[in-house]
This record gives sequence, structure tokens and C-alpha cells, in this order.
Amino acid sequence: MPSKAQRLRHGLITAWTLAVVVFIYLPTLCITLASLTSSRYFQFPITKFGLDWWRKTFSSIEIRQLLSTSITIALCVTVVAVVIAFFGALAFARYDWRGRSIYQKLILLPIFFPQSVLGLALLLWFNALGLQMSWQTAVFAHLVWIVPVVTLVISIQVYSFDPALEEAAFDLGATRWQVMREVTLPVLFPGLFSGALFAFLLSWGNFPLSLYTTGADTTVPEYLYAKMVAGYTPGVPVLGTISTIGAAVLLIGGYALMLAMRRARRTVSE
Amino acid sequence: MRRPARLSPGSKAAVPVLLFLLVGFVAPLIAVIWFSFMPPRSFSLAAAPSLENYTTIFNSTSYISFLWSLVLAAATVVLLAVICFPISYGLVRVFGKWATLLTLLFTIPLFVSENIRLYGWVLFLIKNGVLLGSLDTYFGIELESILFTRTAILLGMVYVYLPFMLFPLTLGISMVPNETRDAAYDLGATRWQVFREVELPLSMPGVVIGFLLTFVLAVGAITEAKVLGGQRIIPVAQDIEIAFTYAQNWPLGAALSVLLMLVVGTLVLLALWRFDLDRFLGRK
Repeated sequence: MPSKAQRLRHGLITAWTLAVVVFIYLPTLCITLASLTSSRYFQFPITKFGLDWWRKTFSSIEIRQLLSTSITIALCVTVVAVVIAFFGALAFARYDWRGRSIYQKLILLPIFFPQSVLGLALLLWFNALGLQMSWQTAVFAHLVWIVPVVTLVISIQVYSFDPALEEAAFDLGATRWQVMREVTLPVLFPGLFSGALFAFLLSWGNFPLSLYTTGADTTVPEYLYAKMVAGYTPGVPVLGTISTIGAAVLLIGGYALMLAMRRARRTVSE
Repeated sequence: MRRPARLSPGSKAAVPVLLFLLVGFVAPLIAVIWFSFMPPRSFSLAAAPSLENYTTIFNSTSYISFLWSLVLAAATVVLLAVICFPISYGLVRVFGKWATLLTLLFTIPLFVSENIRLYGWVLFLIKNGVLLGSLDTYFGIELESILFTRTAILLGMVYVYLPFMLFPLTLGISMVPNETRDAAYDLGATRWQVFREVELPLSMPGVVIGFLLTFVLAVGAITEAKVLGGQRIIPVAQDIEIAFTYAQNWPLGAALSVLLMLVVGTLVLLALWRFDLDRFLGRK
């Protein structure tokens, strides 16, 4: 029995939310528009539409190098982060142990920390160790921030995990390894999957940590930053659009894949 | 439900993360603190410690950057609380099956580097850009651009940190049981009373996390001021960066970082220390 006042309130909330969604996507829209012009300078309304800059960007060897550096870093971060965070999440949410409550808070500290300062701190530290900055040090730097995030993402799945499942498998004579492979990992798979997705995308889009720790290697966000500070080139909107579309496709695709798998598993169990 | 700590498999599972954070988080912070006591402009950790960098900071105008960063972060938090509360409420109570799609829409920008998105705002706000260009061509209205002003910086910060307020707040509001609200209404509470006496206190964990996360990240903000602010304000994070890059004075940058870490660390520890994360994330 929604009253008139309630319906009005819900209407206002919906309108506000949609307005904020528009606000969120407004810059992305501007970047996409800017990438579609064929003139050298950005002027709105666009007079000459064209894909010239897209062609130029795709044929540039420098851009390919950037994309491959960014993807390599993101893939390495994903693999290592998911492995460490999987155990981290078990400690966070699955087991009851002394020191767990302090552990949970320690894990959060790198997230609640200004990233530019973290990047500089890591630069100092690597330097004190005598390491040369390269994409490998950037992988490490990304991990400091991404491992805690992924631990939290997986933990949310672990909370809904019933430890009785593991115990039942043990009672049926399964070894520790079998339990892990046949029970724990499959049940927690959705959490691991979202964790991996988060790790990849957060590394892909990271700027403040890369800025100080990549050395001579350059990632896509760093390149874009250098270009936009130096002055306007239409290559910036093109690469920005690619980066946005890439993230959206991965996220929506990953989400759809997960729904499909859940449905498949439900049909199997029926 | 959980097994008692016999061999404590929990602490064993915690070892990799803890070791990693020891090397990747604690050690770098110690390196920064150490460096902040080195003589100015040195690049090694071996010199005799001194307090020179700190005296330099306290005798300089660095406090202006500090104040600006704190003020901007506080303003961002307040604005975002007002902007996000109705949306979070809607995601939990109004939108139903559309909530997932909307959450996804709010998540996507998180994964695009913030400097790209801020650049979109430059294109929107700049003279002859999307906003002013359209106004001029279609309506014949000519306005001054707000780009490179303090307002633009604040807009950028509100924009970038929105998800960090929205998601914790949503989680917090979803912790308010429907029965409690209904009971309050049945007992004759008004909408405002339900909000103040039931919804706000019960969603407090989410509110605290959202405020804290937004504030901490916003205090360290740097790109907003650079891309949208046109050097109108130099936030403290930029002061730090300048010390490390152009000025080549690492110890001074380290000392500034230590001061920023003190502000952030105190806030985080105070707010998080007595926090029940199990209840917040697991919702049992």
C-alpha cells in the first residue's frame, strides 16, 4: 500500500539516481566524442567527424608497447593477488583464531592510505634496497594495494561458506588436498573470479602507484597523463575511450559469465 | 560453527598476506620515516639523523597546502554524503532487480584511470568545449568557464571519490532490518524520526567506513588539482611530489609524507579500532 508521499519520494530518488548516473558518464561521453573528430584541435560542436585518430592510434607501435606493458602488469598482479588473497580471505573470514580481529584491521590499512604517498614510500624502499625500477617493481607496488582489496572481495564469499561441507568431506575420507580441490575451491569460485576481475581492472587503471614505480617502462594511464599535461592531442581521447570500453566489456562480460555459470550449475544439480 | 583453534589453520592462512604486507607496506613506511630524519637533499640512509626537515616545514608555508587538502577533503565528504545517501537508500529499498545493473554502472568508472575521466571534465568544461560550445552555438549564451578554479577541483574530487562513499553507505543501509523500521512506523514514528532514531544509528558502520575512506583518499588527492585546478591550489600530496621530483629533496618529501601519514593514521586507527568487520561484511 504505497502512499502518495511514498511514491513521490521513490520517484525523486529514482530521478536523482539517474541524474548522478548521467553525471558519472558525462566525462566518458565527452572523451568518446572528442576521439571521433578528425580535426587536430577539439572544438564543440564537432564539425568534421572521422576515425582518423583511431586508425593512427592502432597503427602506432608505441601504443602497442604501452598496451602490452599495462596488460602484462595487470596479468601478473591478478595471478599473485588471487593466490595470496585466497589464503588471506580464509584467515579473514573462515577461521577463528587469536589475533584475527587485529589481522582484519591490518589488512585494511593499505586501502585506507593515500596512494600517491604509498607509491613514493615504495620508491624510497626499492631505492634503499638498490632495485632498478621497472614493470616488475610496479607489479609489486600494485599488489600492496590490490591484495587487501581482493582479500576483502573474496572474504565476502567466504562468509557465506559453510565449513560443515569441508568437515563432511574429511569424514568421508578425503585428504586435505582433495578437500581443497573438490570442495573449498569450487564453492568459493565466484569470489575468486570477482577477485581476479577486480585485481586485473584495478591494476589496469592504476596511476599513482605506477607513476613512481615503473621506471623506464610506461603504462597506459601514465602515458595519457604525460600527454594531457603536455598539451592536447586527439590520441589521448582515443586511448582513453579504448581503456574505458575495455574495462566495461571485461566487467560486464565477467558478470554475464558468472550468471551463466551459476545457471548451468543450478541445472546440473536439479 | 567455526572450528576451535587447535593448530590454528587461520594463522597459517594469514602468513602469506602478513609477510607480503610486512615487506610491501610496513618496510616502505619505515623507510619513509627513516628518510625524513636524514639531512636535506641526501639520497642515502646512512647519514646522522637530524630534525632539519621538520624545522624547515614548520618554518615554511607548507601548512597552507595541508589546510587546503584537509578542507577540500572535508567538503568532498560532506557533499558526497548528501549526494550518495538517496542513491544508497534507493539501491537497497526502491530499485529492486534494477539495483544490480545500477551497481554495475557505478562500478565501471572505478576501473578507468582517474586522470582519463578528469580529462573528460576538461573537455566538458573548457572554452569551446562540450558545455560552453553547445551553449554558444545552440543558444547564443556565452559564459565563463569554471575550469581552473577551486570549484572545478571540488567537482573533480566529488566525481572521483563517489563510489568510495556510495558502496560502504549502501552496505550500511542494507544492515537496517525491515522489521525494525516497520516496528518504528507502527509505533507512530514519523519518517524523520525513523531516519534519525533507527536508520542512521543502525547503518552507522557503513557511514563511518564511507566517510573515512573518502576523506583519507581525498586528503591524498593530487590529479584533480593538477588537471582541473590549473595550479590554483597546491595540495599537500603535490608538495610531496615536488620535493621528490623537481626539488630533488627526498628527505623533505619524506618528512611531509610522515606528517600526512600521522593525520591519516590517527583518523583511521581511531575509527577502525573498535569496529566489527565480521558483522559489516558478513552480515550474520
